[in-house]
Amino acid sequence: MIHARFNLAYTGFLLHAEIQLPMHGITALFGPSGSGKTTLLRCIAGLERTAGGMLRVRDEVWQEGESFLPVYRRRLGYVFQESNLFTHLSVRGNLEYGWRRTPVKQRSVKLEQVVEWLGLGEILDRSDTTGLSGGERQRVAVGRALLTSPRLLLMDEPLSALDYSSKQEIMPYLERLHRELDIPVIYVSHSLDEVTRLADYMVLLERGCIIASGTLRDTLARLDLPIAHFDDASAVIDTKVAAHDEAYHLTRLDFIGGNLWVRRVERAAGESVRVRVLARDVSIATTVPQGSSISNILAVRINAICDEGPEKVNVLLSVGDHMLLSHITRRSRDQLGLVQGMAVFAQVKSVALMA
Amino acid sequence: MDFIFSDANLSAIWLTVKLATIVTVILLLVGMPLAWWLSQTCSWWKGPVGAVVALPIILPPTVIGFYLLVAMGPDGPLGIFTQALGWGSLPFTFAGLVVASVFYSLPFVVQPLQNAFEAVPERALETAATLRASTLDTFFSVVLPLSKSGILTAIVLGFAHTVGEFGVVLMIGGNIPDQTRVVSVQIYDHVEAMEYVQSHGLSAVMVIFAFVTLLALYTFNPTGRRK
Repeated sequence: MIHARFNLAYTGFLLHAEIQLPMHGITALFGPSGSGKTTLLRCIAGLERTAGGMLRVRDEVWQEGESFLPVYRRRLGYVFQESNLFTHLSVRGNLEYGWRRTPVKQRSVKLEQVVEWLGLGEILDRSDTTGLSGGERQRVAVGRALLTSPRLLLMDEPLSALDYSSKQEIMPYLERLHRELDIPVIYVSHSLDEVTRLADYMVLLERGCIIASGTLRDTLARLDLPIAHFDDASAVIDTKVAAHDEAYHLTRLDFIGGNLWVRRVERAAGESVRVRVLARDVSIATTVPQGSSISNILAVRINAICDEGPEKVNVLLSVGDHMLLSHITRRSRDQLGLVQGMAVFAQVKSVALMA
Repeated sequence: MDFIFSDANLSAIWLTVKLATIVTVILLLVGMPLAWWLSQTCSWWKGPVGAVVALPIILPPTVIGFYLLVAMGPDGPLGIFTQALGWGSLPFTFAGLVVASVFYSLPFVVQPLQNAFEAVPERALETAATLRASTLDTFFSVVLPLSKSGILTAIVLGFAHTVGEFGVVLMIGGNIPDQTRVVSVQIYDHVEAMEYVQSHGLSAVMVIFAFVTLLALYTFNPTGRRK
């Protein structure tokens, strides 16, 4: 468990945060720019020193009262927005910088492992880091942080400085680290797409205050929070691969409450797959739709309905232990007579595979 | 070539090189922490300390020489200190010359170092800290390598400026062969004695030295637009 409390006031900026975070999985600090998410991360790292702050990581006190563990003595890894590779060192020199400074007894990660995980083999012997692409630089930065064998990995918008193709290039590596490494990660992002792909937990910040925190699934489906009202509002469903339809090149994903057919996933039966369903891709029918090209139809119950602008309503649907959001028109709501507690059918037009 | 490399001239050249080398080494040892502090501090003292360091740039050498002479004299604070330690009085000795030169050339070492240290991005220091490097470790493993050209400039300027000084040397060191008679004083002597040929020789050596030094500085450390 990570327990943090920070109060900080600059001119024009306040941070007022008390929070408990789990010691496993990826926690996303999410919010608009200026909401204080990076500042909170820097406070946790010790890069920002606040009087009266408090931070405990597992059984260790990193900050409390007058005691303040300097950054270099905290077992953490930090990946900055810009990779900040040392220009006077080679790729290998950068990777080994922190590793050399980690006490031998604490080292649990080897250079070869990191090179393999992050696909750094080809660039390992480059003497000049300035020739690397954005994606490569950020992979080296992640590897460099991992090689200090951190007990906590902090990432400050590691993808935001990258172009689209570099993001696509690096994302699978991050997803893989998530699956294979047992290091808790705190990940700052303002991209809902990244958060839904990677995070297990989510902390929402606004103007220096934490307005919500919880599992990603629950937090995305809260109508009282701003994200449910975004144009790209969505829900995530954690499923398991159930069966493949080889003839049509499709895969069935099961979860408690139903199943979804998606394009073929190269995973064995029983493996976990997270999918994201956008609110605007979910429509509602009161009877089982006949003669529809949409093959994913889920029996759901209306949990709540709230207005969303002059023409739209936001419908929260429960399906098994999962939630779905549906943005439909106000007219549809009235024509179908949708009310809270009603059993209806959700037609899911498209499903995005996350990991 | 005897008129250039007479025994007296060679001794002056050797003394000058020895003085400049020792002074440069001391300046680096003193200047590095001072420049680092100046580059990082937000303290109120930054202004006054920076100004004191820079004083020799605008003060006439005679003023510095005069005060150093007073300070190092038998009744001056520095003099009392050195005498208490049993080192005797510093004026008109090689050691006195070293001390005076360190003061006089300090800004020429501290300022390029400070500029170089200030150019090291804050993020590089933070990154090093997150990679388990202590402040001292970061200084040696990140700051110094990234400040290489600034350090080179500081060394060259510190050395060259010590070679080129005259006023302070004359006031503190006097004119004692093999002790304090450096090249610039030697040239002055030659001129006083109307030995223009010898003056020419030694002066030409100085001009060539100065030119080569500055050429090296500008070649390895180009400022302005790179083509």
